[in-house]
Amino acid sequence: MFWKQYVKEMQQLGIDSIGIVLLISFFIGAVICIQMKVNIESPWMPRWVAGYTTREIMLLEFSSSIMCLILAGKVGSNIASEIGTMRVTQQIDALEIMGVNSASYLILPKILGMLTLMPVLVIFSSAMGIVGAYGTAYIGHIMPPDDLTLGLQHDFVPWFLWMSIIKSQFFAFIISSVPAFFGYTVEGGSVNVGKASTDAVVSSSVLILFSDVFLTQLLS
Amino acid sequence: MIEVKDLHKSFDDREVLKGISTVFEDGKTNLIIGQSGSGKTVLMKNLVGLFEPTSGQVLYDGRDFVRMTKQEKVMMRREMGMIFQSAALFDSLTVLENVMFPLDMFSSMTYRERKERAMYCLDRVNLVGAEKKFPGEISGGMQKRVAIARAISLNPKYLFCDEPNSGLDPKTSLVIDDLLHSITQEFNMTTIINTHDMNSVMGIGENIIFIYEGHKEWQGVSSEIMNSTNQRLTDFIFASDLLKEMRNAITKK
Repeated sequence: MFWKQYVKEMQQLGIDSIGIVLLISFFIGAVICIQMKVNIESPWMPRWVAGYTTREIMLLEFSSSIMCLILAGKVGSNIASEIGTMRVTQQIDALEIMGVNSASYLILPKILGMLTLMPVLVIFSSAMGIVGAYGTAYIGHIMPPDDLTLGLQHDFVPWFLWMSIIKSQFFAFIISSVPAFFGYTVEGGSVNVGKASTDAVVSSSVLILFSDVFLTQLLS
Repeated sequence: MIEVKDLHKSFDDREVLKGISTVFEDGKTNLIIGQSGSGKTVLMKNLVGLFEPTSGQVLYDGRDFVRMTKQEKVMMRREMGMIFQSAALFDSLTVLENVMFPLDMFSSMTYRERKERAMYCLDRVNLVGAEKKFPGEISGGMQKRVAIARAISLNPKYLFCDEPNSGLDPKTSLVIDDLLHSITQEFNMTTIINTHDMNSVMGIGENIIFIYEGHKEWQGVSSEIMNSTNQRLTDFIFASDLLKEMRNAITKK
């Protein structure tokens, strides 16, 4: 039963988020590349600088931290409202009466599902950001694709990828556990569920921002 | 049999239950009646352990539920079934999955056996054919019947119903009452029903407890209500002028 719930949560929280992650990452990758080319590149700069900075920004910050902030809105509000609604409609009481540990049954699969799928989302996001950058080169003709390739391959540090994944694991825990707490402890009716959902998104976003500072310092 | 001894429950300074002592008998439909805010739901939540009593005892066939460890309570709850006011069906599961849920969690049956048991329970509440629907796709009365099927799927010894007829039309309410009454006798369960519905009181009330402002005001059977001299009970049961006139007409005969 737990396994079934775990797979369902991975699908609902992770797989269903792939579309929005790919969409946002594609455009952000493209925009970063354009901004770097237009604003930073000059005759005094190496021609690979736009590709290099695009890769570093996507890998170090966007795909882990900013994408998790976006997911805090999508997934966080989903978790808080789902569990909150279950609370106010007595579905959690029904679980308790049956002798089911409701917190374990409802919250643990969500946390584990998010932790499992988050590295996949991070990698997809980084890859899609690079595809977006290539889009500006091939379709927008902002810069020669060779220059972009040169920049993307320049001085690659594999640890940065691991750093991104490690950070995202912390954020995945925040995104799933904080909204679950707000939803699980809600009292009253639909207004309170809405409030809990908003509070959950705000709190998890703030926590992600704070922990990003510490994790970046710690892992760099 | 469930025995309640001197049960008190307070929320901060407000005492909601003021020393209730009573017995809920096996194989009978035990009704808890009383005005809104009198403490009926709080009493039921204390019985099933959703609230912790301030003091007092709740004895399930002599076993003190209040003093049980968490693990013992979990085991004890497998002998209970509960039907909530809102039915409390799981939205994301179909009717069949809802009824199979307790079996999936706690029985060692094979999938086929679990499905057969769930289908038997659905048949018992006349819902065969609706098993693939989701709770949002069926009526309030059907949702209550699914909740009954789910509650009896594990053959509970104790069945709790919190206002099972609320929001239902009188005809559907009678169907639910008859169902609860027949299931209670068929499985020899201890059934406790919180209700405001006077049809239920007169129709299936085999042991009625009237709660007034947190204490037990009266206990008896439905046939005794007509001749009761308890003013608070008669004011509650025969609240409208029409019912008062009917009562007077019956008692005069």
